[in-house]
Order: sequence, then C-alpha cells, then structure tokens
Amino acid sequence: MLNFLLRRLATLLPTLIGVTLVAFGLIRLVPGDPIAIMMGERALDDATHARLMHELGLDQPLWRQYADYVGGLLHGDLGRSLVSHEPVSHEFLALFPATAELALFALLLAIVLGMALGTGAALRRGSLLDQGVMGVATVGYSMPVFWWGLILIMFFSVGLGWTPVSGRIAVEYDVQRVTGFMLVDAAFHDEPGAWRSALRHLLLPALVLGTSTTAVIARMTRSSLLEVLREDYMRSARARGLSPARVVLVHGLRNALIPVITVIGLKVGSLLAGAVLTETIFSWPGIGKWLIDAIARRDYPVVQAGILISACTFIAVNLLVDLLYGVVNPRIRKQG
Amino acid sequence: MSPPRDMNAMPATTAPPQASAPPGPFAEFWRGFSANRGALVALVVFTVLALAALLAPWIAPHDPVRQYREAMLTPPIWMDGGQARFLLGTDELGRDLLSRLLHGARVSLGIGLASVVLSLIPGVLLGLLAAFHQRLLAPVVMRVMDVMLALPGLLLAICVITVLGPGLTNTVIAIAIGSLPEYVRLTRAAALAELGKDYVTASRVAGASTRRLMFSAVLPNCLAPLIVNASLSFSAAILEAAGLGFLGLGVQAPTAEWGTMLSSARDYIVRAPWVVTLPGLAILLSVLSVNLMGDGLRDALDPRLKRAS
Repeated sequence: MLNFLLRRLATLLPTLIGVTLVAFGLIRLVPGDPIAIMMGERALDDATHARLMHELGLDQPLWRQYADYVGGLLHGDLGRSLVSHEPVSHEFLALFPATAELALFALLLAIVLGMALGTGAALRRGSLLDQGVMGVATVGYSMPVFWWGLILIMFFSVGLGWTPVSGRIAVEYDVQRVTGFMLVDAAFHDEPGAWRSALRHLLLPALVLGTSTTAVIARMTRSSLLEVLREDYMRSARARGLSPARVVLVHGLRNALIPVITVIGLKVGSLLAGAVLTETIFSWPGIGKWLIDAIARRDYPVVQAGILISACTFIAVNLLVDLLYGVVNPRIRKQG
Repeated sequence: MSPPRDMNAMPATTAPPQASAPPGPFAEFWRGFSANRGALVALVVFTVLALAALLAPWIAPHDPVRQYREAMLTPPIWMDGGQARFLLGTDELGRDLLSRLLHGARVSLGIGLASVVLSLIPGVLLGLLAAFHQRLLAPVVMRVMDVMLALPGLLLAICVITVLGPGLTNTVIAIAIGSLPEYVRLTRAAALAELGKDYVTASRVAGASTRRLMFSAVLPNCLAPLIVNASLSFSAAILEAAGLGFLGLGVQAPTAEWGTMLSSARDYIVRAPWVVTLPGLAILLSVLSVNLMGDGLRDALDPRLKRAS
C-alpha cells in the first residue's frame, strides 16, 4: 500500500509544479502593467509604484520571482491580499472550513440519496420507480446549478419560509469557532436552536451543490448494481438462504461500489466548480465566493492562491479516491 | 452477412440485421440512434432551439436590447396583467423576454458550437501528434494536459478570464481551453489503440506518409468516441458559459445571454419570478436535449466500436 502511495505521489510531482507555474503566471500574464491593473482607478505616484513593484518582487528576474514564490509556498506563505492587507493564508484558513463543510455535506447527501435511488431503481428495474428515478437523474445531471439554487430559494425560502436565504447561521447566535464547521461548533454551543439554525442554513446550498453528483451516483449505482445482480455469487448468496436485504446490501452493493467511487472522484471537480456558483447564490462565506469577489476587486494574490488551492484540493481528493479504490479493490494496488 | 432478400418487402432500416443487406453507415447509425426514444425527442427539441437561434433576428417580436420603460416587469401573457405584445413578459428594464431568450439561444448555442470546434481541432491534432511521436512529444503534451486537468472546468475558465478579461470571445476561448485536455487524451488513447492494428502496419509498409497515416488511416477510426465527447462538451460549454455569465465573468450586458440574464434577475425573485424561471428553463432544456442526444449517439456509435475492436 505504501508503495502504491509513493508511486502515485511521484506521478503527481510534475502536475504540482505545473500548477504552481500556472498560478505564478496568472499575475504576469495579465496584459499591461500589473501594478496599474491591480490599483485600477487609483492614481499612483512613481515612488509608490516602485515600492509596490518591489513588495511584490516584480522587479526581480522571472526565475528569481518563481523561486521566491515556490519558496514562500513551501513555507505556507501565499502572499498578502491587496485589499485587506492580511496574509492570504490567514484568510484562506478562515474561509476553507465553510467550503469544506458545504462540499462534504453535499457529497454525503449525494452519496446517500444517489445510492438509495439507484438501488431502488435497479431492484425494480423497468418499473415506474425506475423510470422516474432515471428521468429525474437525467434532468438533475443537466441542471444549471445557479438557476436550481434560485428556484429552490424561490420555493423553500421565499414561498414556504422554511429555510433562510443566505449565510451559515442566524445572526443571533454567537457561536464560538473551534473547528470552523458550523454544524459541529453549533452542536457544542449552549444556546438552544443553534444547531438547528446551522443545519437549516446548510441544507439548501448542500442540496443544490449535490444535485448533479446525486444524479450521476444514482445512474452509476443502478447500472453497476444491475450488472452485479447477474453474477453467480449473487445467485449462490440467495441460494444459501440469506435474506434478500442482506444479499443486496452486503454482497451486491459492496461489489457495485467500485464504479461508484470512481464517479465520486470524477465529480469532485464539479463539486469544486459548483461551490463557486453555490456560494455566490447563497452568500456562503467560503473559498468560492472569496475567489469571485477577489476577481471583481482585482485582488490578484488572492486569485492566485484561490486557483492554486482549488487545484491542490482537486489533486489531493483524486489521490484519496485512488487510494480508496485500492482499498476496495485489492487487485488495483498490486499492479503497476 | 446473408445476401439481400426482397428489399421492397423489408426496408433495410427496420428489418433485423440478419435478414437484410448490410445497412449503410447512416442507416445503421440511425437505427441505433432512433431506438433511443429520449434521444429522438431531444433531437426534435434541439432542432427547434437551433432554428430559434438561427432565425432569432427575424422571428423575435422586438429588439432584444430595446427598453420599453413604460412596461417594466410586465408578467407573461397567462398571468394577471400580461400584455399580448410581450408574450413572455418583460424584464426589469422593460426588455421583451421572448426576444431576449431567442437571441440568447443564438449566443448560447453559438458559444457551445464555437468552443467545441476550437477545442476539437487542436485537441485532435495534439492527440494524434502525441500518439505518433511517443518518445518525443507525448510526455510534454500529456504533462501539460495533466496540469490543465488539475483545474476543474469552470475554474480553468475563470483563470483564463482573469487574464483575458470577460466578454463573448474570451468566454469561448476560456471554455475551449478547458475542454482541450479531454480531446487530446481521448484522441491519443484511441489512436494508440489503432496504431497497433494490421491495417495501419499495412498502410505504413505500403509507404504512406505519417500525415497520411494520421488523417486517412487512423483518425477516421477514432471518430466515434470523439463525436460522443463533442456532444457532451457542447452541453457542458452551454452550462459553463451560462455559469460564467451568471458570475459576471462571461458575456456582458446588455447582450442577451441566458446566464447573464439570470444574474441580473436575481433581485426580482419575489416580484417577477418569470424573469428568473424562463432563462433557466431555456438553459436546462438545451443542456438536457444535447445530453439526451449524446446518449443516443453513444448507443448508435458504441456497438460499432465494440465490433471493430
């Protein structure tokens, strides 16, 4: 297993270097004088201009700039925001749990819902339930995230008044930040109702973000379970007199899991991209909204860091999925 | 294959394969495609959308950017207060929604088509080059593609937009760059599978140049997965363009683009829900129809792939 991990890490190195090159190049590729672009309308005298050039290291030769940049990254230095003048890494650490909570909850929702729907459809193949689930899944897969969010807000928040429109928790709760996961922190908060409020804030954004993943997982679970149900070991499990539920849940789903895990890995990218849109709709204070706001404010160090972090998250999660894949299917970690 | 029987009694397109002459490539394709009912319905819907996009300047009742200030936020005709001259109502600036949707189809489908072409052609070329020059080019090309794949579609597009700035052309470029790696990988994989086959060796022995091998021998046999992928990336492009527009990074107002329309409509969820629902429905309908058509394409093209290998 360790060998497998090391091999995978070695193939990732060129990709990681490439990603730092992209993030590094981002500021420098913007046409025109970078300082003037960052400052926008604000007028600059030559001294400030030179100071900023020096502060950002833009007066150094390119290779030196890159070396400094990577050196800084290795020390956890992501630069400073041009707007708040805070270290980017501080802002990132403050916001990352919000995105992680949203994405994980969305993924959890998608896995539970998707596998339940897919299993139901596979067991009642050809029935109305099957057709319904597959129809809904096809629509869900094609759904524009941002519009779906607006529609759900319209229905649940504005129409029924069930869920709040934005934010992570109602303003009256002053939850102390420990883990950064609002659901966890609110659970340990003594004011009654804090946890419920956090959950109600999280539910709709997570549902929106998880929709297309739910659809794909449902489709994948159905087709791979249908394949597994035909296998001999399933017949022998039934012949041994195991209960139908045990046959399907233990023997069937376990073996149908591998393609489902692959799909989850593939969908992580769309979860990250979807987070940008979902956070914008629900004013969710996470990395995605941070990135979009930074672009609007031309806060390039933040954009740079946001892109770099998203790419690294994506790479890391894919690695995790690969490892999980090896755990579920021992054949994979044996081969080169 | 059995010899042809009475062709008049049994048209080649509907007869079971063992009873008829080998169908032509198109008839064979159509049989596979039309067996998928969803794909057929989607084809009809998509044709309507494509016609609307093509004919928008002639069939749209109003100029899409003309503001009727006296008729701001007029509801659609089936709601109270609807007016016959604005069938689907107007937006917050009094622009006719139907006309904007029709012109929006032009923009959205246009972006989809342009970005597919712009990523398909360089993607196929790079993929073929990487397949034919395993030692020299492949490592470089594939590593670059790995880096591009490390950024999920929309984020890569945001990167490109950050550098180039928003706008219609830049949206197309950003999306095309984002879907380039898929084509490169797909073409390379398909081409590598073909390269080991006897017909390629035969062609090489017969003295065919590399260019001829690439385009006349190998490429036509790699087309099926490329076509399926093109349909998928077409729908993804529509979604991404709308997403960029929604974030304010795509096509800029006042151009009628579905995503951009949604982003300005957000504040009217309560007062004028039609401003929000209709552009989104248009996006959903076009993405859905293209995806369903893609399923049909796969049904029609995949069996042939299996038989060929």
